[in-house]
Amino acid sequence: MAADFSFNRLPCHERAEVEITVEGQKIFALEGETVAAAVMHAGLRPTRTTPVSGSGRAPYCMMGVCFDCLMNIDGKPNTQACMTEVREGMVITVQTGAREVSGGDV
Amino acid sequence: MTGLQQFDLVIIGAGPAGMAAAREAGEAGLNTLILDEQPRAGGQIYRNIGRPILQDRSILGQDYYAGETLLAGLSHVLVTHVANATVWDVTTDNTLSFSVKGISRQVGFKKLLLATGAQERPVPFPGWTLPGVMTCGAAQILLKSSGLTPTGPLVIAGSGPLLLLIACQLIRAGVRIEAIVDTTPTSNYRRALKEIFGAIKGWRYLLKGARMLNEIRRSGVRYYKSATELTAESGSDGNLVSVSFRKGSVHHQLPCKTLLVHQGVIPNTQLGRALELEHQWDEVQQCWKPTLSENGCSSHPDIFIAGDSGGIGGAIVAEIQGRIVAKEIAYQLNQEGAAVIGIDQLRKTLDDQLAIRPFLDHLYRPLDMFLRPQGEIIVCRCEEVTAAEIRGLTQHGCVGPNQTKAFCRSGMGPCQGRQCGATVTALLADELGKSPEEVGYYHIRFPIKPVSLGELAGLSQSDA
Repeated sequence: MAADFSFNRLPCHERAEVEITVEGQKIFALEGETVAAAVMHAGLRPTRTTPVSGSGRAPYCMMGVCFDCLMNIDGKPNTQACMTEVREGMVITVQTGAREVSGGDV
Repeated sequence: MTGLQQFDLVIIGAGPAGMAAAREAGEAGLNTLILDEQPRAGGQIYRNIGRPILQDRSILGQDYYAGETLLAGLSHVLVTHVANATVWDVTTDNTLSFSVKGISRQVGFKKLLLATGAQERPVPFPGWTLPGVMTCGAAQILLKSSGLTPTGPLVIAGSGPLLLLIACQLIRAGVRIEAIVDTTPTSNYRRALKEIFGAIKGWRYLLKGARMLNEIRRSGVRYYKSATELTAESGSDGNLVSVSFRKGSVHHQLPCKTLLVHQGVIPNTQLGRALELEHQWDEVQQCWKPTLSENGCSSHPDIFIAGDSGGIGGAIVAEIQGRIVAKEIAYQLNQEGAAVIGIDQLRKTLDDQLAIRPFLDHLYRPLDMFLRPQGEIIVCRCEEVTAAEIRGLTQHGCVGPNQTKAFCRSGMGPCQGRQCGATVTALLADELGKSPEEVGYYHIRFPIKPVSLGELAGLSQSDA
């Protein structure tokens, strides 16, 4: 994660903070926001690599259409980060290449 | 399946069309279920409207907060709103399956209303898959739901009202924009002028556009008009580092960490396609849309469509269409004349609101490079299939989008053709010298969203 990729937070109404782990690092997200938003605020880029060429990708549409924000969330690969709300204690990692067959729920 | 909970009306999508329809249906006495994929109602235009996050209301502007009044419709006693609900199957015997946080349920319906809105038009250009490139709509969603603004240097490139709107919103938020690269072709202005009569009728929209352009001008942001050859470039880490384009004979290259792109919106037809509803190619809007009757009925008598998923009209049009369709459905189910009272007035308002469309559609028709890409530009983001590959398939006897799946896996990835479908049709049409209508579209199959086998197994157990 790099500070220079970090999306900036404007003054917001008060929200509870949720602690999550992204790539082994503990960060705070706002209750009610998506994993995709939280990792962009943290400056994570890319958020996955593709199974075909291994090139990097990051959230593109933020509305569940493009499937480019697929991440490994709480051990479950291929999860749409833009459609998943953060939860206390969530563990999020970059999805590398093809999803692992034994990675979670079939 | 006899024990399924039954509803008079199931609405899919809680944006302006769905919320307005739900209110109307509830008031007409219909037992209504409204399902929405997001945690809170609002759709994309009014995303997070029940719990606005930004302290400064002037950033998103009053058009956004206007959505607050629509939420009231969902609290009607006959309306059940289920959030986080992903619909993945609908059968022609009026049964629908949806998933909420990993658990699937089935319900029965008499009538179904698809109000699934729009998606941004996929805009293939060199580098559009790079980390750091995202849509203008995505930036707006981040602003509305998380109060986040993009990391800079920031460039906004493309064409259309949403591009101007997000630029204004970011300017109001104090975000530095390095440049706006407007790809609207000069020739579009001439074509649009022929529709000036309708545009004058829709003067409120024109005024809004003029105000946005003025706001951008006053901000001093560099504005490149009629730009072409848009390209996003990566650094050694594979992330976006610069954007280049041509204006006239001058080639420009700007350092860039976030590039927001936009080329208009198209109807989200995934569900209607999977239901095998009749669709038609709209040459002016350059997109597919479902074939609908005056009252929003699709080619299936029990399935209706309202809002942008039936053809792009914007939020206010969606709201009016939602009301018209709900009145029609109530009339069909109750056989009471009372339900259609007011429908003529609504239709008149709808016509007024739609008057601006031909002007906008001609003005913001994307450059050919985005509609019919060439060479090594990635078309299918999931399977990384290029324009050249798709075009080349016609030499091997490929005559339609469904065959491209077998030839090169385009449309077979997780997005199920949502990002490449329109382009693949256009490229095949181009190579074969046929119309998009003749070439057709991908056959979309259920489940339209990924659902685990474990979840399916759980569903069959709860049915037993």
